Amino acid sequence: MKSALRDACLSAAIALGLFAPMVGLVLDNGDQGLVLRGRPIAAAVLVALVFVGRFGMHLWADRPGKEARAIRASRVVPAGVNKFVAPILLGAAIMLPLTGSRYYVDLGTLVLTYVMLGWGLNIVVGLAGLLDLGYVAFYAVGAYAYALLAETFGLGFWTCLPLAGILAAFWGVLLGFPVLRLRGDYLAIVTLAFGEIIRVLLINWVSLTHGPNGIGDIPRPTLFGLRFGMDDGDDTFAGFFGIEPQTVHRVIFLYYLIFALALLTNWVTLRLRRLPLGRAWEALREDEIACRSLGINVTNTKLTAFATGALFGGLAGAFFATRQAFVSPESFTFIESATVLAIVVLGGLGSQLGVALAALVMVGGLEMLRDLLSTIGEQMGSALFSGLAGDLPTYRMLIFGLALVVMMVLRPRGLVSGRTATAVLR
Amino acid sequence: MLTVSDLTMRFGGLTAVDGLTFQARTGEVTAVIGPNGAGKTTVFNCVTGFYRPNSGGIELLHPHGARFALERMPGHRIASRAKVARTFQNVRLFAGMTVLENLLVAQHNTLMAATGFGVMAVLGLGRYRAAEKAGMDKARVWLERIGLVDRANDPAGSLPYGAQRRLEIARAMCIDPVMLCLDEPAAGLNPRESEALNQLLLSIRADGCSLLLIEHDMAVVMRISDHIVVLDHGKKISDGTPAEVRADPVVIAAYLGEGDDE
Repeated sequence: MKSALRDACLSAAIALGLFAPMVGLVLDNGDQGLVLRGRPIAAAVLVALVFVGRFGMHLWADRPGKEARAIRASRVVPAGVNKFVAPILLGAAIMLPLTGSRYYVDLGTLVLTYVMLGWGLNIVVGLAGLLDLGYVAFYAVGAYAYALLAETFGLGFWTCLPLAGILAAFWGVLLGFPVLRLRGDYLAIVTLAFGEIIRVLLINWVSLTHGPNGIGDIPRPTLFGLRFGMDDGDDTFAGFFGIEPQTVHRVIFLYYLIFALALLTNWVTLRLRRLPLGRAWEALREDEIACRSLGINVTNTKLTAFATGALFGGLAGAFFATRQAFVSPESFTFIESATVLAIVVLGGLGSQLGVALAALVMVGGLEMLRDLLSTIGEQMGSALFSGLAGDLPTYRMLIFGLALVVMMVLRPRGLVSGRTATAVLR
Repeated sequence: MLTVSDLTMRFGGLTAVDGLTFQARTGEVTAVIGPNGAGKTTVFNCVTGFYRPNSGGIELLHPHGARFALERMPGHRIASRAKVARTFQNVRLFAGMTVLENLLVAQHNTLMAATGFGVMAVLGLGRYRAAEKAGMDKARVWLERIGLVDRANDPAGSLPYGAQRRLEIARAMCIDPVMLCLDEPAAGLNPRESEALNQLLLSIRADGCSLLLIEHDMAVVMRISDHIVVLDHGKKISDGTPAEVRADPVVIAAYLGEGDDE
């Protein structure tokens, strides 16, 4: 009890140190330039929250029956959970466009893009155990491959989609050859550098990529040759089916397109896991030396994992390019790699369902949080929170970071940490 | 079967193995023994391709006549082509994967050849299904031999230590080796487990697979070896049948300390 109190006080002191300048002081536009204004109550509320929270956490952790809980926690999550959650998610994903809300469909498309990227990276990080901090490079290769092929040769989306994937896989192999003899941290550093090199190359090779200006007017995808245009031509989707042209048609089409691509990624990964190649990836993650002693060509196996992951990154990149109709190096910064990696780690390394859930939380949840916070902010007109309400949405990253920390404390191995066996002896 | 000639391996200034020459004959159990630091594991790592020796040759002759110069082959080829399998001093199982999966991973090259570069099998075409069934059958045979059928779907890391040892041997045997190299297989086993291990090793020898083993447990060595090579400070000091080696004064001196030291 006493130690809990002491610890809570210490946490509150740290919180005071952090929040006093961050929340307690605000710069405002005054009569003569900026004015520093105090906001002591808001800071005090936060510090009090930290104190109470920390104290409560101790009381909660010290409640009787500690050992029994530890045993229960160490038990593997029953496989039955997967059976319920996955079909529900899948059903919800199929039904989403029926809401007719452009906002939700757009958000869903974004989430699914990250689901696909997460699944792609999951092959490299989750299955093969190769820490790749530069995954965005393959995403960029895919996007630029489509953009450049379309611009230079006038090729359409469906021709370029496989080409973009193959090119990304090719770059994966090219990077992999010299790099895959490295392990762990060293590999992470080199892949991080690779991600940056690709971005810097895109910025500086102006004659090919138009540098920071990016490439615009990337052709939109077609549905069996039908365009999604607002004119009433016979070759448009609306014209062919004789319905009123609406921009939302294309949005919904893009949504289902990325949905199909993500499912393809998932299907291939699940198939590969049950094949010798996928098993060798997992064995590689567990023990590389034992793999070698069993006659597995470690380099080739790593390369296939790298190439397969890159392939799906490339496909997602091509989709990104066609969705935005514009690509620029701005879109392929390190933060993208970090987000995708965070999705994989948060979801649980190697778990397909976990990655999907994590993408939903990290991308969709973050957007929802922004809306929620602005709604709350509008409701809070009281003097107590003066000035705080307006910039509540800017705190979403803070809340999000906190949630991530709590998450990793409670479930250090990710949302879905159980591993399903790839073969069962009956 | 296996001919090691004039093998030398140096680590910087330290000569771990110094001009070692010995032979292991087909269908026999050859044991390499010696005090700690004698260079036994180094010899093993050279034979199985984990180290590249500074000089000397390691030649493997298959029963049907193929010859392999092991000192020049990359590590994974020694297992996949020359068919030399090994186990490790500290058990190296794929702890997170199930017992069955461990045995299937060992058949990687056979199964992989049936997948048609992966593409056919992903699409569910080709002859992978039959190959997988054969792989499962083989795994089942080995599970029965090591008595782990009922633990087949448990993570390998959750097995008791003795069972992990046996599983590692079964996994090595799944690559269909002509020679199995065991690095202290009896280390850390209780007498009952040790006896079960002896039976397993003898049954493997009866199947026609030659064995090369490093062992500290003299009970195991004397019981199952046909031929013993004694190393000390990287050099061979004795070579012969268990009875001969046991009576050799040089061996006794190496193990018990030399009388004229003091």
